[in-house]
Amino acid sequence: MEGVIAGALLTMMAAATVAIAVQRNLFAVVILSGIYSFLMATVLVALDAVDVAMTEAAVGAGISTVLLLSALHLSRGEEVKPLHKPLLPLAVAVATGGALVYGTLDLPAFSDPQAAIHAHVAPRYIEQAYRETGVENIVTAVLASYRGYDTLGETTVVFTAGVGVIALLRRRRRAEKARA
Amino acid sequence: MKDYLVLRVIAKLMIGFMLLFALYVQFHGDFGPGGGFQAGVIVAASIVLYAIIYGLDAARTVIPDRVIEALIAVGVLVFAGVGVAGLLLGGNYLDYFVLSGDPVHGQHRGIFWVEAGVLITVFAVMLKVFYLFASRGREADAE
Repeated sequence: MEGVIAGALLTMMAAATVAIAVQRNLFAVVILSGIYSFLMATVLVALDAVDVAMTEAAVGAGISTVLLLSALHLSRGEEVKPLHKPLLPLAVAVATGGALVYGTLDLPAFSDPQAAIHAHVAPRYIEQAYRETGVENIVTAVLASYRGYDTLGETTVVFTAGVGVIALLRRRRRAEKARA
Repeated sequence: MKDYLVLRVIAKLMIGFMLLFALYVQFHGDFGPGGGFQAGVIVAASIVLYAIIYGLDAARTVIPDRVIEALIAVGVLVFAGVGVAGLLLGGNYLDYFVLSGDPVHGQHRGIFWVEAGVLITVFAVMLKVFYLFASRGREADAE
């Protein structure tokens, strides 16, 4: 049953991706990428990664769609037709995709308990997290406590991204005022 | 959108529940899925909804740009401050065990403040980016 659900969701995601690539109307592209994000969030729920699914639904389908729509407001609604045939980019994309698929052949089987990633620190977190932190959700314990440095780094990345966007868009606004 | 009565009423009803759900996601993150990042995005989304329905100026009156820009930094400072508090209390940086007499309670306290820092920064950055994009569109219209 799980296989059927995952298969159906992945098929719909592939269909959405093809539709995004073919579609020239940018409004449709934005809505399709929102649909893609919701499908991704559903896949993550099916994989029991509810925390990530929540983030994907809120950021990927919610905020990103709003931001893309407000960016669309500043540009034309139709994608410009490419001037030449995109054969070289296609070849690069196919080669990269092929290399990545080749790389997955070496990965341990999905949810293999003997995989290196499940044999390293994960058992300790699962056994000790509740006793040491008193937090029932192991994801929260790992994120905020065991991997506190990483989360501090992530927060700093969000901070830096925000500062970068402010620096880019604000200066432009001031320059426009000076011109006017 | 200001003239659509149904949207105005429904949005006003929804925003309260959205903020409540964000608080639930934030503080229930210890037991169920959720945490600072998700809660921050949900708070930002509720303000974005407010801005879409009632206009950008109304949203900017509720949460001015200056406050938002300060909050972007405050969140990171809260997170880093938890680390410094650990240092001052004789532990390592981001060591929560020393934050309270009881180590498990110290962990709780540390995680609480760290998640609060994440919430503040994520919320402020998301909303600021939205403000910037939305206001650019309007300036282009004015020209």
